[in-house]
Amino acid sequence: MSTAEKLVQMGIAIALFFGVVAVVLFLADRVRSRRGESLQTLVFVLPAVLLIAVGLLYPAIRTLYESFLNAGSTQFVGLDNYQAIATNDSLVKVLRNTAIWVIITPIAATLIGLVYAVLVDRARFEKTAKALVFMPMAISLVGASLIWKFVYDYRAAENDQIGLANQVLKWLGMDTYRFLLNEPWNTLFLIVIMIWVQAGFAMTILSASIRAIPDDVVEAARLDGVTGIRMFRYITVPMIRPSLIVVLTTISITTLKVFDIVRTATGGRFGTSVLAYEFYVQSFRSFNFGLGAALAVLLFALVTPIVLYNIRQMRRLEAR
Amino acid sequence: MTTSTPEVPTAPVREQKPETRAGKAHRALTNPVASAVAVIIAVLWTIPTAGLLISSFRPKGDVQSSGWWTWFAHPDVTLENYRAVMTGSDTDLATYFINSIVITIPAVLIPISLAVMAAYAFAWMKFPGRNILFVAVFALQIVPIQVTMIPLLKLYVDPPFGFPQLAGSDAFGGGFYTIWLSHAIFGLPLAIYLLHNFMKEVPAELVEAARVDGAGHVRIFTRIMLPLMAPAIAAFGIFQFLWVWNDLLVALVFAGGNLDVSPLTVRLAELSGTRGQDWHLLAAGAFVSLIVPLVVFLAGQRYFVRGLLAGSVKG
Repeated sequence: MSTAEKLVQMGIAIALFFGVVAVVLFLADRVRSRRGESLQTLVFVLPAVLLIAVGLLYPAIRTLYESFLNAGSTQFVGLDNYQAIATNDSLVKVLRNTAIWVIITPIAATLIGLVYAVLVDRARFEKTAKALVFMPMAISLVGASLIWKFVYDYRAAENDQIGLANQVLKWLGMDTYRFLLNEPWNTLFLIVIMIWVQAGFAMTILSASIRAIPDDVVEAARLDGVTGIRMFRYITVPMIRPSLIVVLTTISITTLKVFDIVRTATGGRFGTSVLAYEFYVQSFRSFNFGLGAALAVLLFALVTPIVLYNIRQMRRLEAR
Repeated sequence: MTTSTPEVPTAPVREQKPETRAGKAHRALTNPVASAVAVIIAVLWTIPTAGLLISSFRPKGDVQSSGWWTWFAHPDVTLENYRAVMTGSDTDLATYFINSIVITIPAVLIPISLAVMAAYAFAWMKFPGRNILFVAVFALQIVPIQVTMIPLLKLYVDPPFGFPQLAGSDAFGGGFYTIWLSHAIFGLPLAIYLLHNFMKEVPAELVEAARVDGAGHVRIFTRIMLPLMAPAIAAFGIFQFLWVWNDLLVALVFAGGNLDVSPLTVRLAELSGTRGQDWHLLAAGAFVSLIVPLVVFLAGQRYFVRGLLAGSVKG
């Protein structure tokens, strides 16, 4: 397709969509009676509900069912796919990696975001300082991975380095290092990318809740002689606890689904695969639909309790 | 009496306030350890991006042979990398840039429109099963998109009831419809939930007054609700825009490797594999894809942050 053809396709799609919506709304508006009311209700609610039912609900149920079928979805195999996840060495490693991601990323990103939020709170360049750390949130994980892949770029120690990380090692008089190749530490260096992206999120949310701490609480503590680190430990952190939990759980959910970073930085090689990436490989590369479905269901099962807990915390936060 | 009393308390208050607020920050930042930590974090968060940005403007040979930090000693600047990566026959990012735009605009407009209407119905129309349906929509937010992908793709490739095929080489619309539809579906639950919350805050008297005047739902929706919803729509619009523009997984799965309809992210990820050492191209390519979300983010930062927390469980 040429550029013009694509733009025309887009124009057609948008015009078609809004045209249909406008006509339907117009017609529904003409019917004035009890019947008209129910017709209007249908017009308003049905398209979205239908899309969700066909595009989310049905596929989710179907995936659950397929997770009990074999690779080609032709035969019932019971819990074999789940058993494979739990016993196959490379899949167990995938689970282990996912666990490492989900433990380290939320804690590190939240900690850095919190410390930074406290330090730049009401400082002179606060807005700029915050924008610098928040910026990675706006860019794609593919872009973020490229940025860091360049930092990690490896060349033998005797050559000139183009990757900053290895140049720093060289300045320190050490040998250069294959950050993305050497197991098991390469997973940690991938996690650094996610922390880099998510710290801005933590900072923004926590910064808002630090500001919401009532002045008289801070004042009372100060009159009692509380300052510096003790102020942080005994006043700031307890006062923003609900937000801290929301941030931690939210980053955990995002991290559980991490896919782009692993695919772009290592392609899942060198023992860096994680659950969401393995789902993609099994489903769309190996065409093992049964195993892919089981991995997706496992992801769903892991995400659900965190989300439910998160929603409860968020409700509590809004109620305050 | 009224003229003299306000004068008295202002003086001490004025002196007290700045000391508690600014004074606290002042103390925090005059602590050398604290400010050192803040500066270190800020530098760590900026340098990786700055390094790639500088590299994208350095001549090819320089990028390959020396670190970007040496650029400050030999500041050579060229736009050749951008020209090469945008129009070069083997990279051709200009085409993918167009694809990204063609994908993103409908994938933002369609779910927002459908969601505003559904949110209105859930907030202001009375119909049986309303609450159950709303809770169901809310609950479906938590379904990871991975769980839906295989069956959804099968629906596109082999649709029931004689619907036209949406995926594959001879699909109509060239294959964009699968991506548009998928993004619309995945965006809907969150959009409905967010916009419903905003809709609920509109005073009921306003809606009732309009109904007494004989306005139907369609008129109330278009004349009263849409204008009032503008900030909420902007908030979700920016969120969805960044989400779609930055997405890799949905595009990979539903474009099915068809490069004719793949966005920038897919192409960049591919180049990162096949041209992994051509950093002059990768750097320029990365910034071609970053510039749009950065501009959108900076322009709509206010709205974006507001939608951030509410949208955090998406996908």
